[in-house]
Amino acid sequence: MINPRLLRAALPFLSLAIVLGATFYLQPRTMSYFGLNLMLQYAVPIALATIAQMFIITVNDLDLSIGPFVGLVGVIAATVLNTDPALGIAALLACIIAYGLVGALIHLRNLPSIVVTLGLSFVWLGIAVMILPSPGGKAPPLLRTIMTFSVPYVPFPIVAAIVIGAIVHLALMTTSFGVIARGAGGNPKALTRAGWSMLQTRVIMYMLAGVFGLLSGLSLLGLTTSADAHVADRYTLYSIAGVILGGGEFIGGRVSPIGAVVGALTLALAGAFLIFLRISPDWQIGAQGAILIVVLAMRALITTREARS
Amino acid sequence: MTALRARLAASPWLWSFTAAALVWGLAAAVTGGRGAGEILTSALAFGTFTVIVGLGQMLVITTGPGNVDLSIPATMTLSGVIAMKVMDTESARILLGVAAALGASFVVGIVNYVLIRLLRIPPIIATLSSSFLVLSSAISYGRGLRIKPPPPLADFATIRLGGLPLVTIAIFALSLLIALVLKRTVYGRTVAAIGQNERAAWLAGLDVRRTRFITYVLSALLAGLCGILQSGFSGGAALNMGDDFLLASIAVVVIGGTSVAGGRGNVPGIWGAALFMFLLVTMLNIFGASPGVRLVMTGLIIIAVITAAGGETQAR
Repeated sequence: MINPRLLRAALPFLSLAIVLGATFYLQPRTMSYFGLNLMLQYAVPIALATIAQMFIITVNDLDLSIGPFVGLVGVIAATVLNTDPALGIAALLACIIAYGLVGALIHLRNLPSIVVTLGLSFVWLGIAVMILPSPGGKAPPLLRTIMTFSVPYVPFPIVAAIVIGAIVHLALMTTSFGVIARGAGGNPKALTRAGWSMLQTRVIMYMLAGVFGLLSGLSLLGLTTSADAHVADRYTLYSIAGVILGGGEFIGGRVSPIGAVVGALTLALAGAFLIFLRISPDWQIGAQGAILIVVLAMRALITTREARS
Repeated sequence: MTALRARLAASPWLWSFTAAALVWGLAAAVTGGRGAGEILTSALAFGTFTVIVGLGQMLVITTGPGNVDLSIPATMTLSGVIAMKVMDTESARILLGVAAALGASFVVGIVNYVLIRLLRIPPIIATLSSSFLVLSSAISYGRGLRIKPPPPLADFATIRLGGLPLVTIAIFALSLLIALVLKRTVYGRTVAAIGQNERAAWLAGLDVRRTRFITYVLSALLAGLCGILQSGFSGGAALNMGDDFLLASIAVVVIGGTSVAGGRGNVPGIWGAALFMFLLVTMLNIFGASPGVRLVMTGLIIIAVITAAGGETQAR
């Protein structure tokens, strides 16, 4: 009998291995440096957005605005940042500060994060549409260079994913701030009584989400080379699904940065897998829903065993 | 002033009507009072559809934190597509089409409940995943064809009685019924009890499972009803017809004074909030705002309203 707790931690990796194995089986040519590079190129922005969502979920909130935010960052970087770098950087920093302010507002007024971020998603989208009414703009050459950077032997997206996962893991799972942040999701009252400021913790977590949303937008722009306000609308759902696939829970501060990155990789691969499967385009979205349900069903089985033992 | 504040605190739904009245007044002031009545009736006509899905979403949200039905837009689309295809523009087949569409919605409700209950998936993710499957079914079944609704259905969805849309009157009656159910029946009281403390409700011997099942099925059925009426109203079903309703269904419930933490539902507030949202769009249009400005203003005003209405301390 395998320890259910271990099994639960291994589940994200198992899901990734299954999807990867199935993809290789369907299309053996993808089992190469080039094939993996191509299939996983969009995994980097998705992984960064997933990490951003994870910070918010850690403090028991949910961010429904991350997709449009990623789009807005791309729009700013493809327009203002080119013509007036100082203004562009200031605008991007202002976006991160805005995230922190929203976190403070949610905390101080005890507001439902779902509604506030839903409203916020309109604000991001609106600003992006005002700056760039139709797709266009141009990625700064530096971003392009970073995103097309090639590492020998191992595809760049995999290296990037490992680095992102490792850094966030170290920060959130091993530092004392990480413990407080996760505790804020686990038992905020206990931490408040112990003298920690929940306001401060929440604001920092929201700003971290802003930072990773920013990185996601910049990396996405590096890949697409031109910007579109709507380019990342789906990222909201991807990021939530990625966190959950990676073993995170909606409440209780139970999250896993490495799991989240693996979840994002699984989602990015699932898209390619479904194309190779040649199922009718009508059922592409449905198949993604089915994959989600299957993974969650497996986890439900494991969790039941975990509760019993 | 203090009396007003106390009254507002006691009946959270007054907020949404106050906000709606303010926006209406502003819009009327800009046009110099011309067309103020027409603005209100068209807001009622459009707002009614949001109210239908809002009623279902309100019941779901009232059953406690984490309960949200994200499959509403997909269910609307599936229902609309099925209704139009089964009716096939023939008046004689209207009842058959309605039955088929509501039957499919019923199945969606059951699937949602089964996912939540058996797989113990958080409702947000359960309804999100099922919505992907439902949307795919709608795409696959509808084949992108736009079939016109039979004339009697189109008439029912668009006709006005004494200036008021017939659908609005019908849905108003339905709202009264749901308000009664919520306040006076065992089911309604159980919904609130579960939202306040699920464990306490279970220990008190209330049937938590059955209540949750009924709630998700009702939400799906109401989404289905909205899909049929919306198809009749706008001359057929479209695959993106549900898109706007995801935000709207949640926003009208919360702005309308229903507690997001669960345990306290509010029917009248949904009407006020739906009116507010549509009057807001109308007002911004009258001001000649660009699409970007309109989006930003809508977002900011939603945040402002929820901030003003304030959160509450969650009882744990």
